[in-house]
Amino acid sequence: MQHIISLLVENKFGVLSRVSGLFSGRGFNIETICVGPTLDPSISQMTIVTIGDDRIIEQITKQLNKLIDVIKVVDLTEKEYVLRETALIKINARPEDRAEALRIADIFRARVVDSTPTTYTVEITGDEKKIEAIINLLRPLGIKELIRTGKIAIAREEGKTITKE
Amino acid sequence: MTTKKTGAEIFVESLKKEGVKTVFGYPGGVVLGIFDVLYSEKNINVILTRHEQGATHMADGFARATGRPGVALVTSGPGATNTVTGIATAYMDSIPIVVFTGQVATKMIGNDAFQEADIVGITRPCTKYNYLVKDVNDLAPTIAEAFYIAKTGRPGPVLIDLPKDVTQAKTDFKYPEKVELRSYRPTYYGNKWQIKKAAHFIAKAKKPVIYAGGGVIISNASAELKELSELTKIPVTMTLLGLGGFPGRHALSLGMLGMHGTYAANMSIHNSDLIIAVGARFDDRVTSKVEEFAPEAKIIHIDIDPTSIRKNIHVDVPIVGDARLVLADLIQAIKENPETEPWDKIRESWLKQIDEWKRERPLSYEQDDIIKPQFVVEKINELTKGDAIITTEVGQNQMWTAQFYKFDKPRTLLSSGGLGTMGYGFPAAIGAQAAFPDRLVFDIAGDGSIQMNIQELATAVLNKLPVKVAILNNQYLGMVRQWQELFFDKRYSSVNLAGSPDFVKLAEAYGAVGLRAVEPSDVEGVIKEAIKVKKPVLMDFVVDREEDVFPMVPAGGAINQMIFAPEKKKVEARLKAVK
Repeated sequence: MQHIISLLVENKFGVLSRVSGLFSGRGFNIETICVGPTLDPSISQMTIVTIGDDRIIEQITKQLNKLIDVIKVVDLTEKEYVLRETALIKINARPEDRAEALRIADIFRARVVDSTPTTYTVEITGDEKKIEAIINLLRPLGIKELIRTGKIAIAREEGKTITKE
Repeated sequence: MTTKKTGAEIFVESLKKEGVKTVFGYPGGVVLGIFDVLYSEKNINVILTRHEQGATHMADGFARATGRPGVALVTSGPGATNTVTGIATAYMDSIPIVVFTGQVATKMIGNDAFQEADIVGITRPCTKYNYLVKDVNDLAPTIAEAFYIAKTGRPGPVLIDLPKDVTQAKTDFKYPEKVELRSYRPTYYGNKWQIKKAAHFIAKAKKPVIYAGGGVIISNASAELKELSELTKIPVTMTLLGLGGFPGRHALSLGMLGMHGTYAANMSIHNSDLIIAVGARFDDRVTSKVEEFAPEAKIIHIDIDPTSIRKNIHVDVPIVGDARLVLADLIQAIKENPETEPWDKIRESWLKQIDEWKRERPLSYEQDDIIKPQFVVEKINELTKGDAIITTEVGQNQMWTAQFYKFDKPRTLLSSGGLGTMGYGFPAAIGAQAAFPDRLVFDIAGDGSIQMNIQELATAVLNKLPVKVAILNNQYLGMVRQWQELFFDKRYSSVNLAGSPDFVKLAEAYGAVGLRAVEPSDVEGVIKEAIKVKKPVLMDFVVDREEDVFPMVPAGGAINQMIFAPEKKKVEARLKAVK
């Protein structure tokens, strides 16, 4: 099963390598990994998407906790969370396809962020299903290049049952 | 105003603040400055080794014997890479050592400079933590942190890489009074509710066993372990690293368990209904086929490292904490538990069964007209009155020592358990002897292992560290040969060591004493002589070439499926062939 693990780590050189080395050294998988600063410049935040059964996920979270530079480990999969990923998709935009491309982008609330006489670059943010869906619709037009950020996720605030997507 | 100190001076002052009096080291280009400061330092004794691997094993042996971190200091590049095996050995067995490596100047790092190696990258998976110090102002705080990390929680090796320019730069020396890390806070006290639950399980168990590992020794929990066992009448089996954590001659001791464990230990574990694991990690050499390990047992697992719990095996009562503190709380909880019935009565049939197993298949060998290696180990045990520090190499020598030397006290057996490093025992013995100059230190070795770090004989002789090396010389890589005998149709591929150097002459060449025993009647005299002389001694015991370690659980089998020494006539046939 897929798990989304959110980490707070010391913002030091070598930390990413300690985390990724833990995964490779013990034969765990990393599907995606995203790293960025937090409000406190001495702390970085990592979101790791990984796959494993309960026993493996328990080991992953324990092993991550054991790393000296890791401050906090949260398995978001056990909670309510919001997940987002951004993709930049460069597609062929021949004159006869341009209107269709814009229509698809519009349906997904994606934005065209670059345009040339023969291409559009579409920026899309959403969960995995949404990104897969737009990729499938754009594919017939011809995708020249696709870049995905990997997933970031944040826990929903507890105690509020009504949330708006 | 304080006068500024160089990084090299700060390094030495920091070691003194940590109470370090012995450093195992080997100099080289980028650490000349540090060795120069050490040259005039009266409070730190530098033991010059003959190889950097030796230095790390000595630091490890020092740490295991004393419980305090051992320190090694080496140069960059090959000096640093030579420490890797020693570091990995300490890491697998949770031994606190701090290794300082020189590094090329910061502006040269990454340029493939002369004697440059990315030792921080290389040792990342085999250290508890490691550092590259880039600014002299960080040096003292980093050293304080390194010692703190090495010796707290689950201990382990820490490496500090010191670029040459950092050791030359100057700053004010201020050593931190206290180290606190927001991201590293080991749990020492166990969860009260879980401890209560454990007490309940213990009260209800009919066939319980305590399975004690190296954590008992590391946390100095021997007294608590003995109290728990005697209070509840629960027998104790130990891992290789746990030997000495509970008296080997105690009526409730089952000896070692696992692949070459005793019949009584393995049968007790297999048939138990409750296992109390203390500072042990269900290693594959213990559990063998994990699916068939102790099928009826509930498991209480006490360990300071949460990752050890449920890593290999399902656990019913996990207790994260320091073994000594948790056992003390557990004893208290047991005493307060109203469910408790008189222990003697409820244990009677279980202890009777265990006694039967002990009688049925005791550890045994037959001493005839060729020296048996087990006989040598037993004689060493007898003549040292069980009071020596014993190190071992890895292989048959290690298993016979574990089986036939009855360790009664903690920190008397130093052996590479997890990594299984041949060549560990001799330098580890030197490290232990450096810590305790007046104690008797024996390395029980094989003729293969001893040749892996034989160069340290010079270190022992020149530093007047009178370690005694007992070589069980069968002219084979004995354990590998045993596996080939049993599982590869006696095809003895690359294990014949016949033609090795004459160890007696070798000892003499180094300025040590060489002794040889060829007949069983020589054994006692050789050991007595070795104990008497105040010099390092190599004892060459010419033993039965094809003696095997039994009992044995073949890899992949369940631990109750043991094989034993073949019947007498097979042994006789083999003896004939040897002659």
